[in-house]
Amino acid sequence: MNLAVREALRAFQRAPMLSALSVTTIAFSLFAFGLFGLVALNLRNALQQVEERVEVRAFIAEGTLPEAVAAAIGDIAAFPEVQRVEMVSEVQALDRARRELGEFEDVFEAGILPASLEIRIKDGFRDPESVKAIAKRIENYDFIDDIRYGEEWVEKLYRLRTIASAAGVSLGIVFALVAVIIIGSTIRMAVLARSREIRIMRLVGATNGFIRAPFLIEGFLKGLLGGVLALLLTWVTYQFVGQYVVQATYFGGGMAVLGVLVGALIGLLGSAISVGRHLRRV
Amino acid sequence: MIRFTHVTKRYPKGGPAIDDVSFHVNRGEFVFLTGPSGAGKSTILKMVYVEERPSAGEVKVAGFSSAAMGAGTVSKLRRRLGVVFQDFRLLEDRTAEQNVAFALEVIGTPESAVAPKVARVLTQVGLAGKSTAFPHELSGGEQQRVAIARALVNDPLVLLADEPTGNLDERATRGVFQLLREINATGTAVMMATHDLSLVKAHRYRTLEMHRGKLVFDSGAEFPASADEFDTAVPGPAPEPALQGRLPLADAERPADAPDAAPADGAAEAP
Repeated sequence: MNLAVREALRAFQRAPMLSALSVTTIAFSLFAFGLFGLVALNLRNALQQVEERVEVRAFIAEGTLPEAVAAAIGDIAAFPEVQRVEMVSEVQALDRARRELGEFEDVFEAGILPASLEIRIKDGFRDPESVKAIAKRIENYDFIDDIRYGEEWVEKLYRLRTIASAAGVSLGIVFALVAVIIIGSTIRMAVLARSREIRIMRLVGATNGFIRAPFLIEGFLKGLLGGVLALLLTWVTYQFVGQYVVQATYFGGGMAVLGVLVGALIGLLGSAISVGRHLRRV
Repeated sequence: MIRFTHVTKRYPKGGPAIDDVSFHVNRGEFVFLTGPSGAGKSTILKMVYVEERPSAGEVKVAGFSSAAMGAGTVSKLRRRLGVVFQDFRLLEDRTAEQNVAFALEVIGTPESAVAPKVARVLTQVGLAGKSTAFPHELSGGEQQRVAIARALVNDPLVLLADEPTGNLDERATRGVFQLLREINATGTAVMMATHDLSLVKAHRYRTLEMHRGKLVFDSGAEFPASADEFDTAVPGPAPEPALQGRLPLADAERPADAPDAAPADGAAEAP
């Protein structure tokens, strides 16, 4: 086996407790990262489902000619932002109201609810600005009495998503930094523990790259192991939450691999920063 | 092969550790570097293996100049040098042969070439039977032999020994010194820093004496006339040529309690 890899593995063997400790700390950092990732993922999924319901409702004035409405439906359906246009007649509106609010069935009389157009908007145009613009265009039809598109609701939804993303990114960075620091300090200990060997390596003419390689591999492997462990922990948590709290979504295969690789990269980065600094002092 | 030209080494605090030192060591020479503690013996050796660099002047070793040496060149140079220390500097968690093999592995020697080389040098230093012993299972003299084997395994041009017998009893000192002579007899130059004057006086090798960072005495490679006084101060048999194949060193040759006529006496007249 390659000497550098052997030396890196030897580090685990030589200090099993310290190695286990650093792998676990990295795992916990990534676990927190992963948990947040899961929350973000599920929040996003939930938001997406809610977003899909974003619609503009245009109420049609009484006595409008069906031909005019039909023509308008054709026009609106042709808007690039529009997914689907549906006509809800007075009768349908009444039916729906009675169905949804069963106990108040008697309150609704025929003719009390106006006919309307329900316009669903394509993904990518569901932000407040676009929705507002679409609503404005539809309002231009003479027979539209009133238009509702829950502007506040749309804005709130978007704000929530922005906050969630920002929190995710910043927490992720913080956790990654913590992991880099932890790995850096374990590599520092490893460098100090091996200072005798390093001095001898230098003395007999080993190159700096050669001296550095085992530490980089060690950091990489620790990050990789930490990543796998974190994945396992999040999966167990996910199972637990799924069973007792709420059915959630788990990472896809690509995302899981990416997460473990990020762990390995964090390990590599932490050791690269640390090894350069501490080798100079040996 | 080793050339110091007006070399000065200053540290931020205190005076110069090495003060305008010039000398030249040829291939295959055996050179004693003597002087009291703090005289600069170790610093001279460190500048040879580029652990330290001169503040002024130039150190040239095997064609590599201290004036133009990057990290890559330093490791290249060190592969052609062997260094041993008073404290052996062995890895405690490795056997004798693993310690020696380590020096080969870390410079990328092909695995198949490692074992035969290690076996050869361990035999050369007389430890063929103890190759699987850990350092703590070996005596001081044996540990120093392992260190010497490690220094030799890359066939160095010069073996630098910084007080190699400083931690050894008299018997082990004799053995290790004899080994250094044998190594020198095969053509490897040896530069040995020591303050063991009995060793220096007993053997007619070139002697460089340091005092407070200055080179105060150089007996010269050929033992020139200026060293007469030094010679007469040493009772014993006539000088032996350094290069003469293997030199069996009888105990009788070593004046165990030679009069304390330090070569420093001749220092005032030294060039």
